[in-house]
Formats: sequence, C-alpha cells, structure tokens
Amino acid sequence: MKVLWREMLRIRRFEEMVASQYAEQEMRCPVHLSVGQEAIAVGVCSQLEPEDLVYSNHRAHAHYLAKGGDMTALIAEFYGLENGCVGGWGGSMHLMDLKAGFAGSTPIVGGTVPIATGAAWAQKLKQSSACTVSFLGDGCFEEGGVAESLNFAALHQLPILYVLENNLYSVYTPLEKRQPPRELYKVAEAMGLKSLKGFGNDLEEVLPLVEQALKWIRSGEGPVFLELSTYRWPEHCGPNDDDHLGYRPEGELQRWQARCPIQLAQVNLGIDEIERSQIEAEVKQEIEKCWQQALEGGIPKAENMETNVYA
Amino acid sequence: MLYREALNLAYHEAMTADESVVTLGEDVGFYGGSYRVTEKLYEQFGAHRVIDTPISEQSIVGNAVGMAIGGLRPVAEIMTANFALLAFDQIINHMAKLPYMSNGKVQLPIVVRFPQGVSKQLAAQHSESYEQMLAAVPGLIVLTASTPQAAYHGLKKAIELDDPVIFIEHELLYNKKGEVDTQARFDPFKAQIVKPGNNITLVSYLKMVDDVMTAVPEIEQQLGVSCEVIDLNSLNPIDTDTLKTSLSKTGRLVMVEEDHKTGGYGAQIVSWASEHCFYELDAPPLRIAGLDTPIPYNRTLELASIPTPDSIAQQIIQWGKQNGL
Repeated sequence: MKVLWREMLRIRRFEEMVASQYAEQEMRCPVHLSVGQEAIAVGVCSQLEPEDLVYSNHRAHAHYLAKGGDMTALIAEFYGLENGCVGGWGGSMHLMDLKAGFAGSTPIVGGTVPIATGAAWAQKLKQSSACTVSFLGDGCFEEGGVAESLNFAALHQLPILYVLENNLYSVYTPLEKRQPPRELYKVAEAMGLKSLKGFGNDLEEVLPLVEQALKWIRSGEGPVFLELSTYRWPEHCGPNDDDHLGYRPEGELQRWQARCPIQLAQVNLGIDEIERSQIEAEVKQEIEKCWQQALEGGIPKAENMETNVYA
Repeated sequence: MLYREALNLAYHEAMTADESVVTLGEDVGFYGGSYRVTEKLYEQFGAHRVIDTPISEQSIVGNAVGMAIGGLRPVAEIMTANFALLAFDQIINHMAKLPYMSNGKVQLPIVVRFPQGVSKQLAAQHSESYEQMLAAVPGLIVLTASTPQAAYHGLKKAIELDDPVIFIEHELLYNKKGEVDTQARFDPFKAQIVKPGNNITLVSYLKMVDDVMTAVPEIEQQLGVSCEVIDLNSLNPIDTDTLKTSLSKTGRLVMVEEDHKTGGYGAQIVSWASEHCFYELDAPPLRIAGLDTPIPYNRTLELASIPTPDSIAQQIIQWGKQNGL
C-alpha cells in the first residue's frame, strides 16, 4: 500500500514540475494535468499486468506513469525531443509506451474508447489472459462512440474495464448542465454491463472495486464499468488554477482539496512526516534526474518528416 | 466471375492464408453482406472472425484500429460511402494518424471498404462519392476497382499491406462480369491502360471507366482521333509515370469523374498535369464531373447530375473541335 501512496505522490510532484517548468515556454504542448485525480490512475493501473493494455485520453499523464510508462521519455515528449515516447511527433496529448502496455492516448474526446474495445476483441479472439482498460471522463460519456462501445462490449462480453473519472466538469460546464440528473454508472448498467461506483479520491475504496472488476473480467464475466468520483484541481488545460473564472462554485475546490487522495491515504496508512519527507526526497530526485536526462535529447530530424506516414 | 465474387474470392484466400485477418461490419456475417461480398465467410471462418456489428460506424472503424494494434488484420465494411461519414473521426483522426503520431510504434494493417456513387435512385444520402476527401488525408492509401480483376487483386493486396487502405467500390459494379486471372501480375498501384490511343488521354476510375469506354467510339469517329483510356485504379498514391508517358504521346488530357466538380478528385490530376506536363499539353485540360449539387432522386435529374456516356462524348467532341481536332 505504501508503494501505491508513493506512486500517487510521484505523479503529483511530476505534474507540479510540469506546471512549474511550463512558464519557461519550452514545452508548448497543451498539458492537461491530473492533479487531484491520482488515486484512480494508481488504484487501477497498480492491479494490472504489464501485458494488460491501457487506453487514455487528453488527461493521460497519470495513467501513463501509473502503468509504468517511461518518465524520461514522457518529459522528452513534452519538449518535442527525439527521445520522447513518440519521438517528438506527439506531445502531451499523443502518448504511447507499448512496452509498459500504455497503448495510447488521443485528445479527440471518446476517440480511444472504440479502439480500446477493439483491442479487447483481439484479446478475446486470441484467448489472451490480458484485458484492456479504457479511461474516460464524464464529458466523454456524452460522446456517441462511447454508447456504441458499451453496447458492443456488453454484447460480446469483452474483457474490458471502462473507468469513468467523473470530475464533474467538462472544460467549463458542470455535469448538471450537460446531463439529466442520473447516476452515470446506472446508464452503463442499463446497457448490460456490470457496473460499480465509488469515491475516486480514496485509494482504499478504489482498490477493492478494481479488484472485483478485474476478477469478473479475467473470469470471462464480461466488461465492467466503474464510475469513480473525483475533482480536477488545476484548470482544464494548462499549468494554472482557473478558479477565479467562476465556473465552479466558490469553496468547491477547497472542499475537494480537503479530500486530497494523497492526504487521505497518508492518514489511513499512518505515514508520518519523517517517512513522508524521505519519500518526497526520493521522488524529487527521480523527477529531477529524469528531467535532466530528457533534455539531453536531440531535436527530431526534418528529413524524417515523412517517415511513418506510411509503413 | 462477377465483381462481388472476385472480392469474395480475395476474402476467402486472405482469410484462409492468415488467421489474423478478420472482417467486421453491418450484416457482413450471417447474411453475407448487403452486396453479398462476404458471402459464406461466416460459415467458413466463424463469428469471431466474421463479425456482425451493431449499427455503429464510428465503432466499426475504431474497433478495427484497436484490433490492428492487438495484432489482427481487420477488413471493415461500411455499407455505403455516406455512412462512412459517421466514421470519419476514426478514419482520419485515428486510423490515418496513429502510425505517424506514435513515431511508427504501431502499424495499422486495416482495410476499410465501401461502395459509393450513383446507383438507381437512392438519392442524396446514398449516392455520393468521397474519394476526393480521403485521398487528401496523409496516411491513407486509396484504391479503387473498376473490374473483377482489379477487385480481386486490389483487395488481396490491400489486406497484405501494413498501411490503412480505403478500398472504394461502386454500387453499380458488383454484378459486372469479367475475367479474373488469380495468377496474373496485377499491381493495383499501377494505372491500367484500358485502351491505347494517340491523340487524347482520357483519365478515369471506378464506374466512369465503363462510361468513358462506351463514349469512345463516338468521340473517335466524330473527331477522327484515337483515344487512350487510363484507369487510375490507385488514387493515392497516383501512378504519375503512366500519366506522363501518355500525355507525352497525346498532348491532351480529359479527366472524367463522378464526384462533384468543385474540389473533386480530378482537380488533383489536372493540377498535377499543369504543374508537371505543361509543355507536353497542346490544349487546355478538360474536366468532366458531377454537378455541384446533392444527387437528386428523380431518375432524369439523377442522370443529369453526373457524367453519362452521351454527355461525356458530347463534351469531348465540342472541346476537341474548339481545340484544333
């Protein structure tokens, strides 16, 4: 459990480093930070095998890191360097680390959900023991391709876990202005999926839900839909806080910050300040080292511009 | 053999040779496909490789992308070109770009097949042609087939390729008869000289090739010329070598296409010719294309909206007379 807490802290400090370095104008890709949502990424990915696949979306850093993606390659990708995880061709919104089973993220909302579903079909056809996880958000749940995917996965009992991170907002519009009053996971349930719901900021609550979901999936009992409530602390896209814009009620962010996934777990696990500061130092050292290594990468070569357009 | 049977044969051979080949689409399984292209595949290869999908075009292509990343070689059938519009996000944003955006970490050996074009009064939302949009997308290969021979070899090649291929058929070609020589060396990337000639190069593809061939005797008689008819077959990449050789010989270019004229596919061919064959040309190129209107339902109007053998002949004869023939 402490390993998982450490992983959440590692992701938090990583994202904070992205935010602090962003102002230098060297990373220019849009960054969708995962601060506040770490327990979901870690709670899900920590229970996956390396060969299990994760598909993600625009807010992908936490999923990538929690699945074991290479941190140095992630940083280098933000800087558009050739040692980036996709060689500087993608940036923050187009990540991939197949060695770690991070099969891809794209920022077309809902774009990877049918792809993940197809990947689960391939796993089932090949009688693989692996499964697929598709991370989506409450806004993504409004996309047509998601309904298509849930229908198809339920129909064919595909080995896939849909994890809906419900952070209550699209970019600026709250859920209640976008969807009628209802439980999102009940919609998936009505579509024929085993569906679960929990508080996504509490690692201890997330873990058994994921464990149950994966048990069903790995025993061939079909796809599972898991809705986890959470809250994004920073602005939708970028390194800053945008609470002053007033699209979120005053005090709401502070109430969610009081339920910080890292603080909650620290208390639950009884990690004292001495231990914390030791882990903080290790994490800081790792991030700084990776940052330094990442920046040693070269600029991708223009003569390779057309490579990989076709096989 | 019929065109649709040639496609079916290509499927059978590809699926027998490689068990990673799967096909998915609406009614492709038990029913054998709306145009009978996937007939008997379901019985032979089973429901896990011949997948009857829900009415979910976006997911058909999206699933194919995931399957391809997972090591399969999917062939997706979209019932008709207009339905493919629902899948354009997956086709353009994902299928075409993921190999590039991933710096070559994934290859997507996917074929997306669909018929297009004016058939028999299917009206505006079942009759359109989209090769011009798809040929403009980097990362996609766009093949067409105007004969059973091209259909068989083209689809087989498309399935073998590691790139995503848009394979375009025509609604009115499925029952076209023709020889299929499975042993022939047919390169679908090479434009076919359907009929050699010396004075005018007539470039076309899909069903318009047949209409051009029907028009040719009248043109040749009226203008006293011989026409060279070229079937492009591959729309991206373009076999410019064959075009250049022909234009060097004839000095005259006519492009015939069924899609809408503004921004239509033939604009690319004429643009290429004016850039690269300007000094070979003895006359301004002529483009014969569909009107810039949706396809109307009424049969008279429908036929008036696209080139026909008569209108092709008339326009070329008039153009020829104006340009010294």
